[in-house]
Amino acid sequence: MPIKQQSDIKIWKRRSGKRQLGIWFGQFIGVAIFVYCWQLVSENTIWMFVADAPRQAVDMMERMVPPKWSYMSNLWRPIWDTITIATLGTLMAVVFAFPIAFLAARNTTPSSVFVRPVALFIIVASRSINSLLWALMLVTILGPGVFAGVLAIGFRSIGFCAKLLYEAIEEIDEAQVEAVTATGASGAQILNYGIVPQILPAFAGISVFRWDINIRESAILGLVGAGGIGLQLSSSIDTVTWTQVSVILLVILVTVVASEWVSAKVRHAII
Amino acid sequence: MLRLQKLTKKYKTGDLALKSIDLEVPDGQVMALIGPSGAGKSTLIRCVNRLVEPTSGSVHLNETEVSSLGQNQLRKARRRMGMIFQEYALVERLSVMENVLSGRLGYVSFWRSYFRKFPQKDIDEAFRLLERVGLDHMADKRADELSGGQRQRVGICRALIQDPELLLIDEPTASLDPKTSRQIMRLICELCKERKLSAIINIHDVLLAQMFAERIVGLQLGEVVYDGPPSNLKAEVLTTIYGEEDWEATIDKVDDDDDTELDTVPLSSDKVE
Repeated sequence: MPIKQQSDIKIWKRRSGKRQLGIWFGQFIGVAIFVYCWQLVSENTIWMFVADAPRQAVDMMERMVPPKWSYMSNLWRPIWDTITIATLGTLMAVVFAFPIAFLAARNTTPSSVFVRPVALFIIVASRSINSLLWALMLVTILGPGVFAGVLAIGFRSIGFCAKLLYEAIEEIDEAQVEAVTATGASGAQILNYGIVPQILPAFAGISVFRWDINIRESAILGLVGAGGIGLQLSSSIDTVTWTQVSVILLVILVTVVASEWVSAKVRHAII
Repeated sequence: MLRLQKLTKKYKTGDLALKSIDLEVPDGQVMALIGPSGAGKSTLIRCVNRLVEPTSGSVHLNETEVSSLGQNQLRKARRRMGMIFQEYALVERLSVMENVLSGRLGYVSFWRSYFRKFPQKDIDEAFRLLERVGLDHMADKRADELSGGQRQRVGICRALIQDPELLLIDEPTASLDPKTSRQIMRLICELCKERKLSAIINIHDVLLAQMFAERIVGLQLGEVVYDGPPSNLKAEVLTTIYGEEDWEATIDKVDDDDDTELDTVPLSSDKVE
């Protein structure tokens, strides 16, 4: 124990000597692993190219300016598609995530042996696959287009929203639920009066947050043919028209900043 | 009349919270349940409306054996038992009116309650009750905007709008200041008298229990160790309930006439807080 009796003074230290040695040893191992990995990476890097990198970067920048503003006229529709994909995808995710969250939360699940594992599996499955991968699969199944993008964003977001929401459900104040139960309310009424009012702010916050992320994600879905501005990005890169690429990147930047502003406003209004 | 027979509760952890309790509360009686923390007071009243399932024994509310009812019948039985909580347990993000009307949930269908289409007579009754406790001007406020005393009044309205035969009251004053505590206890007792309700009040404050209850039951480690009028609550009785301590200062002069004081303190003096 950290308290040591030395004649008549009690010496207090945060940790015992053994524990402190253990922690130092752990830190040493961490540093050793880092050094080893660094060495591996550097063996597999062609340093000649890296030395060349600043020149290459400057070169690319030079080819990007001036942005070809006339290209904007081709971009309005793809931006609209991108925002649509994000919004509809989020909407779809929220609709499915809401019930799944109640099935997954320990305190509301109808059966923690049968239903809860299924709900948790849906959440993990949805979360473990990146939207780009979802899009890749869905484009193969459904063919290219906005619809595949909406589904890809939706599938990826179900898990995210459901996970955060079920954690919020598990943290509610049980006394309020108890009080509503004591009036003789039915299960559905307890949900409606005792639980939903408590999680509504979290629900709104999660939805807006996910929408904000989805705007960014849907901007690249076009790379695999799932609609949106990514399609233009990919074709501009393929045809090495860097002046168009810079316009697209700026447009994405502006859209993301705008969406962040909107979501901050909405979150502020609700909570 | 509420009748508990051999009521026993053993928690999963192995704690024996109630050891074969036998207790009868006649109609119209206000009974205070006192005892140290962990004596089983909360468990006892929660076993009555089965927010906590009793392990064995029976609970009878008049002719109904509450302890053996199925889910639907239990909901009907719960309507007859109003409950008031320590930390008020109002749904914070709902309005005062919604909180009061939630006392009618056992009577209305899901969709009516979902769209907040309560029968007009329920709404009339809600306004009447809010007026009775001095909060009718607060009906549209959100519950979390109210002070402690005001919230507890809303809690009382929620319990009373159920039109109960019995009130189960869990530490109604534990989070209130001394003055508000007295006002709330007085209000509860007056309302019980007006409506001829019986009540079980869990309470820490021995003095308050003596002031307001007609009968006191002392619980210790899940067993009834005292059952009698407030006037018999002597130092040695408090020692058996709570353990060794100097109790002389705690014991109320029971000859004091509380009723004179009842009318002099205005009921809703914290209206303008």
